[in-house]
This record gives sequence, C-alpha cells and structure tokens, in this order.
Amino acid sequence: MAKELIMDIKDFSFKYAGAPKPSLMNINLPVYKNKITAMIGPSGCGKSTLLRSINRIHDLYPNNEYTGEINLLNIQKNEFENILDIKKENEFIKLRQRVGMIFQKPTPFPMSIYDNVAYGLRLSGLKDKNILDEKVEKALKGAAIWDETKDRLKESAMGMSGGQQQRLCIARAVALKPEVILFDEPTSALDPISTKAIEELISELKEFVSIVIVTHNMQQASRLSDFTAFMYIGELIEYNKTDKIFLNPKEKLTEDYITGRFG
Amino acid sequence: MKRLMINKIVLLLSTFAAIIGLVFLAWILTTLFLKGIDAINWTLFTKDLIDGGLRNLIFGQFVMALVATIIGVPLGMLAGIYLREYGRGVYVNIIRDLNDIMMSAPSIVIGSFVFVVVVVPSGGINGWAGSIALAIMLIPIVVSTTDNMLSLVPTELREAGIALGGSKHKVVLDIVLKAAKVGLMTGILLAFARIIGETAPLLFTSGTNSFWTTNLNNAFPSLTVSIYDLANFPTDKARNLAWAASFILTITVLIINLVGRFITRDKG
Ligand SMILES: Nc1ncnc2c1ncn2[C@@H]1O[C@H](COP(=O)(O)OP(=O)(O)O)[C@@H](O)[C@H]1O
Ligand SMILES: [Mg+2]
Repeated sequence: MAKELIMDIKDFSFKYAGAPKPSLMNINLPVYKNKITAMIGPSGCGKSTLLRSINRIHDLYPNNEYTGEINLLNIQKNEFENILDIKKENEFIKLRQRVGMIFQKPTPFPMSIYDNVAYGLRLSGLKDKNILDEKVEKALKGAAIWDETKDRLKESAMGMSGGQQQRLCIARAVALKPEVILFDEPTSALDPISTKAIEELISELKEFVSIVIVTHNMQQASRLSDFTAFMYIGELIEYNKTDKIFLNPKEKLTEDYITGRFG
Repeated sequence: MKRLMINKIVLLLSTFAAIIGLVFLAWILTTLFLKGIDAINWTLFTKDLIDGGLRNLIFGQFVMALVATIIGVPLGMLAGIYLREYGRGVYVNIIRDLNDIMMSAPSIVIGSFVFVVVVVPSGGINGWAGSIALAIMLIPIVVSTTDNMLSLVPTELREAGIALGGSKHKVVLDIVLKAAKVGLMTGILLAFARIIGETAPLLFTSGTNSFWTTNLNNAFPSLTVSIYDLANFPTDKARNLAWAASFILTITVLIINLVGRFITRDKG
C-alpha cells in the first residue's frame, strides 16, 4: 500500500476494572498518516474506550485489563513501538505529547488564554518567554482563533464562547506538535456554526497531524473522514475508505446503521 | 386521601417547628442588638479588660483563630486533596465517615483532650493550647469542604491536563485547585467564622487574660471565655461588657458569613 501508516492496532481487547465482560474485543484498525479516521457506531459500542486507549488515559484509573498491541510509529527511528508496553511516568508524558486529545465538552483551564496554550509547552520544559510567545501565537493561528484572541491573551479562557473554547483546546493540543490528535465527539456540545468552524479546522489540521475522530453524527463522518470504522457492541464490524462504507457497505449491520435503521 | 391528610399534618407541624425556631432566633438577636448597641462605645476598642475595655480580648480571640487557621488549613486541605484525588478503596469512605464524626464532636471534648495532651504537660493554660484546640475543630471542616469542592471539578478537566502531558500532582496543583479556588476560599472563611465564636475549646486551654499580651505562652485573652466569666459577674458593668462583647462577636461572624455567601454567589 502506498499510503503510510502512523498507527496499527492489533487484536486489541479491553476490559474495565470490575466489568463482567470486555468492552472491546479483538480490534484491528490501521490509522494512516495525515488522514482522518472516523469511528462510528451506536452509543456504548466502545468508541471512546478505544480512543482513550490510544493515549493510555485509561491508566489514570487502576485495574483495567487489556491485551493486544497498539503500535505507534516512532518517526525518528522509523519503527513501530507498542504503546501498551509503556510503564514509566516520563514515557507516559512523552506519549501524551505525541498523541493529543480533544474532549466532548470544551475543557479550558481556569487561567488566561495564553497560559492555556502555554500549559503543555511549559510542562514539556519550555521556559524561554520569546519562544513561548512564538509557539502560542503559532498554535492559536493553527487553530484559526488568533484573530479573536490576540488582543485578549491575558484574559481568562472561561469567558470565551463554547466554540472558541473548543478551538482553544485544539490550539493547546496543536502547540505540542503531536503526531496524532484524538477527537471524542468534539462538536456534540456545540451549535451548528461552531461545529462548522471546528470541522473546517480539523480538515486543515490533517496536513500536519493524523486524526482519529469519534462521532455519532454520520454526516460529519462522511464529510470529514478518509477512512471509517464501524463498531458495534465492542467489535469492529467494518473498516474501509469512507466512501466505500457509506456507498457500498459490505456488512448488513453497517448498512442498517448508516441508513438509520437503528442507532 | 389518607396520604393527603398526613401530608398536610406533617407540613403544618414542620411549619410550626420552623416558626418556633425563628421566633427564638429573632428574640435572641433583638435582645442582643438592643442590649449590645446600648453597651457599645468607642473606649471598648481602646482599653483592655483590666481597664473596662475589650481590646485585648478581641485581639486575642482573633489571633488564636488565625493561628488555628494557619495550622489547620494546610493539614485539612492536604487531607481533603488526598481523599478526593489520591485515595482508593473502601478505607477512603471510612476516613470520610470518621471525619464527619470529628466534625460533630462536642467542642468541650476537644477542649478536654487538648487540656490533657497539651496544657497539663506544658504546665498551664496558654494561647498555643487554645489555638491547637481551635485547629482540631477546624481541620475536619476544611477536610470536608476541600473534599466536596474538589468533587465539583469535572473529571474531564483532570483528564485534559493529563492528556497534555501533565503528571497527576501537576494537574492537581495547577488545574484542579485553581478550578476549585473560590469554593475553597469560601470554605476556609466559613470555617474561620465557625471557630472564632467558640468558647468550650478555649475554656481550659487558653483560659482568658485581663491584660494585653501577644505572648501565646501565657494565658491568652479570649472574648468568648470572658463573656462567660463576665455574664456570671454580679455587677451591671460586667454584664454590659458581656453584652457588648456578644454583640461584636455576632456581628463579626455574621459579616464573615455574608462575605462567604457573597463570594460564592458571585462566581457560582
Ligand atoms: N469507566 C467505566 N467502567 C466500566 N464500564 C465502562 C466505563 N466506561 C464505559 N464503560 C462501558 O464500556 C462500554 C463502551 O463505552 P464507551 O466506550 O463510552 O462507548 P461509546 O463511546 O461508543 O458511546 C459501554 O458498555 C460502557 O457502559
Ligand atoms: Mg463516547
């Protein structure tokens, strides 16, 4: 295949601590570089669980069980590394700098717009004021929110509109120059105009990063993504190029879902 | 039909109970205000108890409450942060229950405890012992408010910090505490208001002192303990002084509470 992989999920299964049965079973999913991969499926099918495995944020909570591989391309070494092997705190931190995450509800920190964007940069050890200024500006431009914020960088981020806050969160992630950004239903709490702005932004971002987006909005998946994975009760039912999934699904279940017969 | 009847009766009874409570409260407050305003004059604030004023008592009460806050707030906050952010398993809930019991422990018991473990070994009543007794009262309140206020911070905010490469303690310090700041400040203020009016924990720990002193190793002036003493004195002068002191104390607690409520209302 000519396209380059950035990530390759193999036989991945996941069970929450204390849950009677696994929430994900034998997931196999490739993620291509500089493409948008969408995950669709009815509520509770495991989309967020899979997404949250990719930056190991599940590890905030103890005793979850998982097996399989999530291989992430190490660009310098040009080889894949299984992120499920990570055990040390500093490796977790590195992973999360490489794999950013945007949540369903905007999550601005209770600090200034500038400090929000600088937060991850400072955590990564950057202290030089000039470089910080430069990177914050670049990230805000990258998230198409510079014009709205350049005169109020010192103001609290809590005073922004929901759509602006979500773009600020994207800027915050972009500032770290991640290789992958994970979006978990990033527009489901937003109005249509903000949704459109975020969708345009995500399309532009793929020039620099690879994107995995969870959405239960089928129009959004078909408008935005290059590849689509359809999930159902913990299993990946079908994965293909987005137009194939939507125009010519192979599985009956996929067809029923995208034609709105259940959901 | 029967349920409606019971409903009405219960409503009637509870309204009645509320009215009785409010009547007594209004009675206490009006008496206090009438007697207090009569007894108040400027020299109360410029003279010490030995010269018929309240200056050293107000100062002493405030200093002991402040020292208690300085000791108790960091300890209480650390414990609250531990319970909400780090603690795992059933024993966290056991600690929460124990803390609730501590919060409702009779203050005279705390006073007796400090008498035994601090006053007796140190050879006499002193300001430190009073401060420690007040701190013991304050800590469970701060633990509980910290725990509750941190529980209001959305999980996603913590996860967002972690997702940007933060470590757990960085996220707690930089983000969670900041997000809960208003609630925490209000909690501390209300806890302070709660301890500043206490008598029982001070009665045989700090005692009180008629003279001006800033030395916490001495018996330390206390407004509340002196109110208790003065009210038992047979002269009108002493009783008036007790009324004035009670009035000042009530107003102070009222103002701190109002400020606390105002802050929370402002920021939600
Ligand atoms: N913290 C958790 N503990 C136990 N089970 C969970 C937890 N979070 C989600 N689940 C379960 O895992 C399954 C998948 O959930 P999720 O990944 O959130 O679905 P989706 O994002 O597709 O709506 C659901 O059955 C859900 O109930
Ligand atoms: Mg979800």
